[in-house]
Amino acid sequence: MSATTSPVRAMTVGEMIGMLIAGACVLPLVLIGALTENSGYAFHAMLGAAAAAASMILIGNRCFDGSPAVPPQEIDGKPNYDMGPVKFATVASMVWGIAGFTVGLIIALQLAFPGLNFDLPWTNFGRLRPLHTSAVIFAFGGNVLIGSSFYVVQRTCRARLAGDLSPWFVVLGYNLFIVIAGTGYLLGITQSKEYAEPEWYADLWLTFVWVAYLLVFLGTVMKRREPHIYVANWFYLGFILTIAVLHVGNNVAVPVSILSPKSYGLWSGVQDAMFQWWYGHNAVGFFLTAGFLAIMYYFVPKRAERPIYSYRLSIIHFWALIFIYIWAGPHHLHYTALPDWAQTLGMTFSIMLWMPSWGGMINGIMTLSGAWDRLRTDPVLRMMVVSLAFYGMATFEGPLMSIKAVNGLSHYTDWTIGHVHAGALGWVAYISFGAIYCLVPWLWNRKGLYSLRLVSWHFWVSTLGIVFYITAMWVSGILQGLMWRAYTSLGFLEYSFIETVAAMHPFYVIRALGGALFLIGALIMAFNLWMTVRCEEAADTPEAHALPPGQLATA
Amino acid sequence: MTSIDHKGPRRSLWAKHKIFETNSIVLVIGTLLVISIGGLVEIAPLFYLKNTIETVQGMRPYTPLELAGRGIYVREGCYNCHSQMIRPLRDEVERYGHYSLAAESMYDKPFQWGSKRIGPDLARVGGKYSDEWQRTHLAEPRLMVPQSIMPGYPFLARTELAFGDIADELRANRAGGVPYSDEMIAQAQSDLRAQATPDHPGQADLEKRYPRAQSRDFDGDPQRITEADALIAYLQALGTMVDFKLYDDKANIR
Repeated sequence: MSATTSPVRAMTVGEMIGMLIAGACVLPLVLIGALTENSGYAFHAMLGAAAAAASMILIGNRCFDGSPAVPPQEIDGKPNYDMGPVKFATVASMVWGIAGFTVGLIIALQLAFPGLNFDLPWTNFGRLRPLHTSAVIFAFGGNVLIGSSFYVVQRTCRARLAGDLSPWFVVLGYNLFIVIAGTGYLLGITQSKEYAEPEWYADLWLTFVWVAYLLVFLGTVMKRREPHIYVANWFYLGFILTIAVLHVGNNVAVPVSILSPKSYGLWSGVQDAMFQWWYGHNAVGFFLTAGFLAIMYYFVPKRAERPIYSYRLSIIHFWALIFIYIWAGPHHLHYTALPDWAQTLGMTFSIMLWMPSWGGMINGIMTLSGAWDRLRTDPVLRMMVVSLAFYGMATFEGPLMSIKAVNGLSHYTDWTIGHVHAGALGWVAYISFGAIYCLVPWLWNRKGLYSLRLVSWHFWVSTLGIVFYITAMWVSGILQGLMWRAYTSLGFLEYSFIETVAAMHPFYVIRALGGALFLIGALIMAFNLWMTVRCEEAADTPEAHALPPGQLATA
Repeated sequence: MTSIDHKGPRRSLWAKHKIFETNSIVLVIGTLLVISIGGLVEIAPLFYLKNTIETVQGMRPYTPLELAGRGIYVREGCYNCHSQMIRPLRDEVERYGHYSLAAESMYDKPFQWGSKRIGPDLARVGGKYSDEWQRTHLAEPRLMVPQSIMPGYPFLARTELAFGDIADELRANRAGGVPYSDEMIAQAQSDLRAQATPDHPGQADLEKRYPRAQSRDFDGDPQRITEADALIAYLQALGTMVDFKLYDDKANIR
């Protein structure tokens, strides 16, 4: 049969395996959904069954839509890049980002005006706060990381993504995990471990997806047509590997039964606390730092059209960062029942961590040597450079707060929240925005963004928002910490707890205002990107964006 | 092409990095080794150093009702606003009571030490307020504390507690090292009922299995066992298991 008369083709082995696995999942999931007494869990089982059935249809449809059984690795001597999954992840990151910022604004308002909890199970602060943190870290950040890593690894290796179905499995499977996790919190399915709230079956699913992610990434690196692995890929690889180890280590659990969403971890009490913050702090260190440093190592030099400032610094940066970060977890447990020796180790390494962090910041900022004028003309580059400045600030503040004497004041207060947002809004979100502003015109073959003026507006509105946010939290955090420990001249505690809560109100209002500005900035961005894609004008030379990696790595 | 190809003895060390840059499996192994060290040094000793968790009298696993209440605490994400970890600082000890011992959370899966105090610490909230205060406060916090910013949880007292698989919950805890006996697991359902029902005949047996367990109607409605019953039973037990009149804080110093 010829391709012109009939586009139907036989299934590949991979498609058959995918279809069989998906098909085998449908019935057990329907059974679990029908038999469980927990309605939220039943909903998730049905969702899983629907996703499995949809996968079968999508895979089967590939035999009829005229796509070749094996996509060519190269066309006319140029790599035939697989950008579909990258596009999906980029769109998903913007959608989740706006959702996550919105929930953040809602919970900020709930703290200022408690009536907004509505006294319902699904809308109270305790369930929405994990929804906010997971939506921004794992849904927004995760999609940025998966999308950008799939883009960068292809470009810097000059090779098409490994696998045919697997990149789609990674992207769609990850987003299914996000939906299960997020709806789970609202329905009361959580293990209440900070940043590791999803229950056992969501964790199990994420493990499969993550292993596939590692294999796709590593497979692409292995078939590279460049002699060297570019530095951004070291950081991506470090992030993917370490997150796998952390995720499994922190979530080893015994389910109550196959029909129950609930599980009990293998660790308890003090060991559980140490595991949790080994995981939690390295979710910061590897998810929110190493992964986004990889973005920096590709997108900053690309946008500035300058090579990385120092190749040697990037070697030291990589190994020092991944070695030292792992130790820093116990600084979340100062003065707790964790043994003192572990607390002291955590503090020591947290202070040492200042150096590789600033080494990386310097490497990124100094990449602009000879291109500083671009800061005036290119608001996208400005956003990325400011993100590095925020990174420098947050990675100075972090070691400071890890000193036990400082932590005694700052712990349990809003100072921590301010610190986290200096990193999350200033560093993670800004470097992501910069990368997405670069990626969208590249992926959709557009000459450039719809409007650089709107990027400028986005930049200034959100920067103002961040400043409101973090200054409000600094003041409220230090104020509350001092009020808790204030004594009268007679030696009594001066303030009751609730007096310190009441004192927070004005700062909670200012914080919500800052969050609203940040959200408005993101909406401006979404509009700008939408118009960029809608505008039909194609870029003249899409391939011009691929800089030879050798040039990128030149010191 | 890149600086690592430079010749000369001074740069030999840098050139050695080439093996990581040209061989992905070496890079993977190197990375895994480097990230393992910190975790191993900080976590592994906690499982065998005896002084990590001191032995104190009074600690026992949660009763089935307390465990179910803890499930509600976990489900609603109370840890987002309340810590359960009193630090050995003067103001905290005066505000909340004796600093928390590692042993006091030895059966906590997961630990709920928390990281933020939007509300006060709850490590020793047990016995601090009456049941009536607790249930009114849970349903409508601002009735009891006008400046409070806590969400209301009126639905807890309206919702019957689902405890059909409470025995399985105990069993899952035992798999992770909590010393629930076969008897405790077999009697889990009836123990739960006994603890939440006034004058239930099973209370004597319950107290034998779980010393100093408090049995009564917690939510003001003796006809039903609600989620509020379970949660209040858990809150009233928090921090009460170790008797600090008998606790010798010098005993574990070595």
